Amino acid sequence: MSKYLAIFRIRFVNSLQYRVAALAGMATQFAWGMMEILAFSAFYKVSPASFPMSFSQTVSYIWMQQAFLALFMTWFFEEEIFASITSGSIAYELARPVDLYGRWFCLSAANRLAKAVLRCFPILIIAFIVPDPYRLSLPASRPQFILFLLAAVLSLGVVVAFSMLVYISAFYTLSARGVRVISAVMADFLAGATIPLPFFPQPFRAIAELLPFASMQNMPLRIYSGHISGLDAFRGISLQVFWLITLVLVGKLMMKNALRKVIVQGG
Amino acid sequence: MLRLYAKYFAMHLKSQMQYKTSFFLTAIGQFLVSFTALLGIWFMFLRLHEVEGFTFQQVLLSFATILMSFSLAECFGRGFDVFPRLISNGEFDRIMVRPRPIIFLVLASQIEFTRIGRLLQAILVFAYALPTSGVVWTWDKKLLLILMIVCGSIVFFCLFLVYAAITFFTIEGLEFMNIFTDGGREFGRYPFAVYGKKVLRFLTFVIPLALFQYYPLLYLLDIRPDKHYMMLPVLSLLFVIPACAFWRFGLSRYKSTGS
Repeated sequence: MSKYLAIFRIRFVNSLQYRVAALAGMATQFAWGMMEILAFSAFYKVSPASFPMSFSQTVSYIWMQQAFLALFMTWFFEEEIFASITSGSIAYELARPVDLYGRWFCLSAANRLAKAVLRCFPILIIAFIVPDPYRLSLPASRPQFILFLLAAVLSLGVVVAFSMLVYISAFYTLSARGVRVISAVMADFLAGATIPLPFFPQPFRAIAELLPFASMQNMPLRIYSGHISGLDAFRGISLQVFWLITLVLVGKLMMKNALRKVIVQGG
Repeated sequence: MLRLYAKYFAMHLKSQMQYKTSFFLTAIGQFLVSFTALLGIWFMFLRLHEVEGFTFQQVLLSFATILMSFSLAECFGRGFDVFPRLISNGEFDRIMVRPRPIIFLVLASQIEFTRIGRLLQAILVFAYALPTSGVVWTWDKKLLLILMIVCGSIVFFCLFLVYAAITFFTIEGLEFMNIFTDGGREFGRYPFAVYGKKVLRFLTFVIPLALFQYYPLLYLLDIRPDKHYMMLPVLSLLFVIPACAFWRFGLSRYKSTGS
């Protein structure tokens, strides 16, 4: 366990170095979030009653999504891992006395976390002080906030476990570019990145709620905004645990199969 | 020069066709990216019939206009989009010693055919929205639509140029420009008036995205049957001047990264 912590720490500190990039990124995410909110507000102006989430819930959903973008978005892959598979440096990785799945898992989780930590606070602070209808609200209660944290951690796990499947697919396809774009687009849409899942029409919504993607950003963001609470939150979190375990098991199995017949590319 | 570009064009096409599976998967991916945006709009309109007075089909007109201009600009102006790479690996130094205009060479250095996925989407959306949007397509409106797309591509292209010119100072690409390029594409799915007066004013006078999207749309829909509105897409081309000036300024400050 301690070696995974070490990998995690090195990555974390490493990612914290890119501060100017983080500043530009923050400004982008803030502007992006504001535009999303303005678009929603135009719809709510026509008829607020036609939507499944209140405007302030939607606003909180979007601000939290932008603040923790790096944690939740699947399109954010580790170039290094793809490169190690296509360039052949995977041979070194295999020589290390660390389980490859665990190493890659820690690496991506740490990178995402570092990026999110670096970027979230300024966005959150501004989101808390913008004028009223667009302001980020606090969670309804302390237990609700704790549930949010729990769901956020699980969601990070599910996102990373899912991207592991994409990395592993590169063992078979070598050029993972296409697979990458397609899987990220589908996953993000079904996780509620474009519009929150409650906005999906039935039966679309009912199906999407059960898929592993609903265990990604959908769960923590809706718990934070107060759209899911109480028993529903517990049910959602159990579903997250289920998908996390399933995806990790599938990933490990796929990895084992891939490594059995791995051909190292060049030298 | 046109013949040389045709040669580059054929060369890029040939090289990208070497990896057919990857090419098609990426093109499909590009298609899906904008398809999910489309689904998002549709899901919202299942609950309402109009936003800011625009119906679903009318919103799709602006969605398709923006999408088509953006994909054209990105397909041909890709060299500027990946410009930080040209600078950091020293490739740009090689471009500077060649006896052809620099903008031309950067333009020819990359052509991204996978954007055909997005282009196809724009065409399909037009095919649905043109007849159903309630616009009477007289010759002036047809002309205006073409102007919107052509001028739109040029404005987006200029944004890529500005993005590349910033790289002369920062070496790394500046993520903030994404809010105008990718953001312009994403948020242009609704007529820009949806975002309120301040945003609209900004997109009229600073970054003229609304000049080829929102205002001409008003003319198409006969909300503002004023012939002056037909000239607005052309007016957006004024953006070429500061963009080119900034590019030249950046170029004059260029220091090689030396690798």
